[in-house]
Amino acid sequence: MKIHEYQAKEIFSRYGVKVPRGRVAESADEVEQISSQLGQAVVVKAQIHAGGRGKGGGVKVVDGSAAARAAAQAMLGRPLVTHQTGPGGQVVRRVLVEEGLKIKSELYAGMVVDRETARVTLILSSEGGMEIEEVARTHPEKILREPVDPLTGLMPHQVRRLAFGLGLFKPQVQAATVFLSGMYRAFVELDASLVEINPLVVTGDGELVALDAKMNFDDNALFRHPEVVELRDLDEEEPAEVEASKFDLSYIRLDGNIGCMVNGAGLAMATMDIIKLCGDEPANFLDVGGGTDAKRVKAAFKIILSDKNVKAILVNIFGGIVRCDVIAEGVVEAVREVGIQVPLVVRLQGTLVERGREILAGSGLNVISADSMQDAALAVVREAQKAK
Amino acid sequence: MSVLVDKNTRLVIQGLGSAGKFHTATMVEYGTQVVAAAHPGKGGTQWEGIPLFDTVAEAVAETGADTSCIFVPAPGAADAILEAAAAGIRLAVCITEGIPTLDMLKVNHALRGTSTRLIGPNCPGIITPGQVKVGIMPAPVHRPGRVGVLSRSGTLTYEAVDQLSRLGIGQSTCIGLGGDPIKGLDFIDGLELFEEDAGTDGVVMIGEIGGQAEEDAAAWIEANTTKPVVAFIAGRTAPPGRRMGHAGAIISGGKGTANEKIKVLRAAGIRVAESPADIGVTMQKALKNRKG
Repeated sequence: MKIHEYQAKEIFSRYGVKVPRGRVAESADEVEQISSQLGQAVVVKAQIHAGGRGKGGGVKVVDGSAAARAAAQAMLGRPLVTHQTGPGGQVVRRVLVEEGLKIKSELYAGMVVDRETARVTLILSSEGGMEIEEVARTHPEKILREPVDPLTGLMPHQVRRLAFGLGLFKPQVQAATVFLSGMYRAFVELDASLVEINPLVVTGDGELVALDAKMNFDDNALFRHPEVVELRDLDEEEPAEVEASKFDLSYIRLDGNIGCMVNGAGLAMATMDIIKLCGDEPANFLDVGGGTDAKRVKAAFKIILSDKNVKAILVNIFGGIVRCDVIAEGVVEAVREVGIQVPLVVRLQGTLVERGREILAGSGLNVISADSMQDAALAVVREAQKAK
Repeated sequence: MSVLVDKNTRLVIQGLGSAGKFHTATMVEYGTQVVAAAHPGKGGTQWEGIPLFDTVAEAVAETGADTSCIFVPAPGAADAILEAAAAGIRLAVCITEGIPTLDMLKVNHALRGTSTRLIGPNCPGIITPGQVKVGIMPAPVHRPGRVGVLSRSGTLTYEAVDQLSRLGIGQSTCIGLGGDPIKGLDFIDGLELFEEDAGTDGVVMIGEIGGQAEEDAAAWIEANTTKPVVAFIAGRTAPPGRRMGHAGAIISGGKGTANEKIKVLRAAGIRVAESPADIGVTMQKALKNRKG
């Protein structure tokens, strides 16, 4: 789960990580009022989840509250297009208004869970303000990593190694200890999956401040953090994906023409891959999951069909826990109820497959049945081409 | 021959809820010796003839259980794995999906230095066809034989096993490693076991986007494996930055793409099936070449 910059900063500030003074606002009036309290130089930042806001015109450094108001007016209620939003952009509903700082240097600080060592790993770089992937490609020597032992937590010697490694001076090492320890505690106490402060700036006064803040959370751990769940902003998510999550369906919209309904994430990805190998593109990833019943199959069809690019649908089920007869009944019910206007190819295999195929054959519906994954993919691609 | 589990495996079930009961019945039906179940508060009673104990330690002491299959819901699953380890269980197989990553991080560290091996979590389990099933996979698609299977997926594994069986290629043992970023057994552990197993002639490994387990395995195979290895990597069409169902299946920062994994595997001399429909035939060819 993702949250906004202003929310991440509120969290960090509770953990002793220094952030610029400022407040979030939903109207130009509020922006004017906040900026007049902050002083002359202020920054107005559009609050959307996507990255690349600066280049897209979503971050403005302005002089005075009237200019802040004008900058906010240009952002609020309008779509902001960045390289991560897609061509339609994302509507800006809030802006963060902050004091402007005198910046001496820009650093990068991030934390992730490293799978290979099974440790939370701190990543620091002297190249703040750039995308860290870019730094990793061009200047790998400028990236410092420090895996943290879960038993001890982040130790002072690790902070010293990083801080001196970045060229900080001794007085700043103490500030770095407070800053990085706070980041680490926020990460582990709130079950984050990613924390990124880019840039982390050294101010003219030698202070370390989080100029930007990004925090993602482990979906599997949200059950024990109701206060984090409250920060979810459904406006930032694809409506069809929000709808899918209500039915415990894992759905991701893509750009192709062939809708997919599959049980199991690995098989769902493999189904997308084989569609591509057969000459077309998948319209979505959709895992109907283990305990599927007719209700979920129906919901899945509705979600797939909410994408107007879908020209044909492939259902690929390998019954293990899921029984093919239950899926077949769900498909028949869904076709009757939802009224599917595009060709439908169904491939069933595994538990009670014969019974499932009988149900489909006896339904009188126009369902193309396929035995193997290959046959199913070829059939659905052929049908989609015909429909185009 | 087989790895990790065989007909002598003595299984204790942890988490006898509705899913646990359903799958326990299928394991018993397959011939697995389910000797106990741990169910706090129900010690001294029975379910379908299986004795219940309050703790795993008691179950081990009373029945000689050496392997555990865990269905405990996610919030308590890490505790269940560590309870199995504390009781001296040799192999803990955790089926549970949705365990917080930081819980698994602690489990991973706590298990170091113990004699307990973990499979999973978020996995279908392990099966030695014709002998024993510890998990939730559909048994009828498997048949006894001499090819080992290692996979990060569930249903895609059934698909691959089904292809093998239809071609008359049986399996020595099939292991679902699970779809989480931090897990127990990994590809290299499994490859090492199959390399040492006289009853295994070749290995199918099914990977997917995310992490670098496949790349690490490629290097290990190149240096250590004498048996043919066939791979398939799911997710060539997966967009970057999106979690594809499994918590571990995500391309982040341009790393962990299927194309990169395929490239590294091929460079190490491993046959990679282009299509998920060709996993079985690719293994068939590899075995033929080896004999010829």
